[in-house]
Amino acid sequence: MLNEITGAIGLGLLWAVMTIGVYITYRILDIADLTVEGTITMGASIAAICITGGMNPWLALLLAFLGGMAAGLCTGLLHTVLRIPPLLSGILTMIALWSINLHIMGRSNVSLLRMETVFTYFTDTLGMSKNIAMIVVGGGIALVLMCIIYWFFGTEIGCSIRATGNNQNMARAQGINTKVAITLGLIISNGLVALSGALIAQSQAYSDVQMGTGSIVIALASLIIGEVLFGKDQFFRRLLSLALGAVAYRIIIVLVLRLGMDSNDLKLFTAITVAIALYLPTLKKMAAKRMARKQQARLEAEEEAGGGPDGPEGLDGAQITEEGR
Amino acid sequence: MLKVKNLSILFNAGTINERQALKNVSVTLQNGDFVTVIGGNGAGKSTLLNCIAGVHTPDRGHIYIDETEVTNWSEHKRAKLLGRVFQDPMMGTAGNMGIEENLALAYRRGNFRGLRWGISNAERAMYREQLKRLELGLEDRLTAKVRLLSGGQRQALTLLMATLKQPKLLLLDEHTAALDPKTAQKVLALSEKIIAENGLTAMMVTHNMRDAIAYGNRLIMMNDGEIVLDISGEEKKNLTVEALLRAFERASGSEFANDRALLSMGKK
Repeated sequence: MLNEITGAIGLGLLWAVMTIGVYITYRILDIADLTVEGTITMGASIAAICITGGMNPWLALLLAFLGGMAAGLCTGLLHTVLRIPPLLSGILTMIALWSINLHIMGRSNVSLLRMETVFTYFTDTLGMSKNIAMIVVGGGIALVLMCIIYWFFGTEIGCSIRATGNNQNMARAQGINTKVAITLGLIISNGLVALSGALIAQSQAYSDVQMGTGSIVIALASLIIGEVLFGKDQFFRRLLSLALGAVAYRIIIVLVLRLGMDSNDLKLFTAITVAIALYLPTLKKMAAKRMARKQQARLEAEEEAGGGPDGPEGLDGAQITEEGR
Repeated sequence: MLKVKNLSILFNAGTINERQALKNVSVTLQNGDFVTVIGGNGAGKSTLLNCIAGVHTPDRGHIYIDETEVTNWSEHKRAKLLGRVFQDPMMGTAGNMGIEENLALAYRRGNFRGLRWGISNAERAMYREQLKRLELGLEDRLTAKVRLLSGGQRQALTLLMATLKQPKLLLLDEHTAALDPKTAQKVLALSEKIIAENGLTAMMVTHNMRDAIAYGNRLIMMNDGEIVLDISGEEKKNLTVEALLRAFERASGSEFANDRALLSMGKK
């Protein structure tokens, strides 16, 4: 069990990188970017083919990052230059990436068994277990990325991306090229997602053309779990909450599997979780409204009841309701 | 300063909703002019402002700001010359960002945005001073998210943002229409103060006849995509609502059809 939990933490930290990427589009730019389903596989494919070709695994991460950025650029151009709605732009790139990923790998999957990865140094030379190596590498990379992202979105250019995601009219009126800002956000986001894919491929020792399917839902689940459990307005805390959310998601998966859930039902379970989580804000609003109405009804009932023998006070109440109507 | 020449724009061409929103409109503003633009719904007031701001590209005609032709400049490129306040208080600010962050974005209008930090401490002190002049207490809430502000506060902030970096031209597009009357008067007075103090050239679209008469040194009335009246100088100073209505009827051959303007005219 403990072994499973440390494995979940390690895997969660690798997925945290993707969750940060999805956060940039979904929350900062306010775009649901489906490109990521293709870019995560693209990152894995690039890393796999680089490593089997004998390249340094760290360099493979960098190349995967750049590949993901190119995919983000593609979606950005589809949206800003060809004016295709963002959701559709993402889907188009995602579908295109399926073929591209097959071309990158030359077949539908590539094994990395017994090859040098970013984890082998920690397992073989330092003698760590695989799970601990994943926690060290994943945690370290996630933390460094969080610092860079925190810095970047505080810079002038980062602020202009945030403003664009928040209010495009305002951004343009303040001289911000919103097309550039959106494209830049998509580039960074997809770069991170591909990096995450490259890490995941190295940790599981294979890349598969199907591995991206449903990844956006997992990232969204992590994002929302993080926000609900640990989220605050402060930006660095939000970034931290993403990593914690990704870890929490993996632990939840371990627990439900332990409780006897069929692993084929995992995606269904994740989708339902996300649907419920996305429904929560609406539910909260409706509940608040119902409470307010109940309160109002109670007040009116009290006023009517008090309108009789109580004298002046009761009269006042009645007058108020009268005016209120 | 601003020269608009023979501007025409057709909306929804070839559909049942086709509408000639501007018909050959020409107008020239001198430096320091404060022009109020009035007219009924669909008269073309906002379209004219949006063409100047670059939101719409006209089908025909030219727009010059200080002798530079900007007709084909994108909206964000033109922003370096313009300050804008919109009708919708939500539109001019980024609600999820802090007051100081919004001001910092505005302070960089027209500048290259690079990898320097988005806001400096020296700026913060300056923003605090500027916010004090609004007399809304916002100077003590620099990091508060703008979505927490009221409509009037947001419009006042947008006004400050539009003028933080001296614009060549300030465009106010019915910026008090969504506010309650008391707040609207406050924001209007503030607009006039800021325009006077900075010696700005401004165009203010309004539905309210009395405001159009009370503010500015020149009044333009639009109807059906055309400028039908252009009053300035002494004539503008002595203008009354009744005279303006009569002038409008003479110029357009119809009654001034606008419920909002008539209503706001009635209460004295």
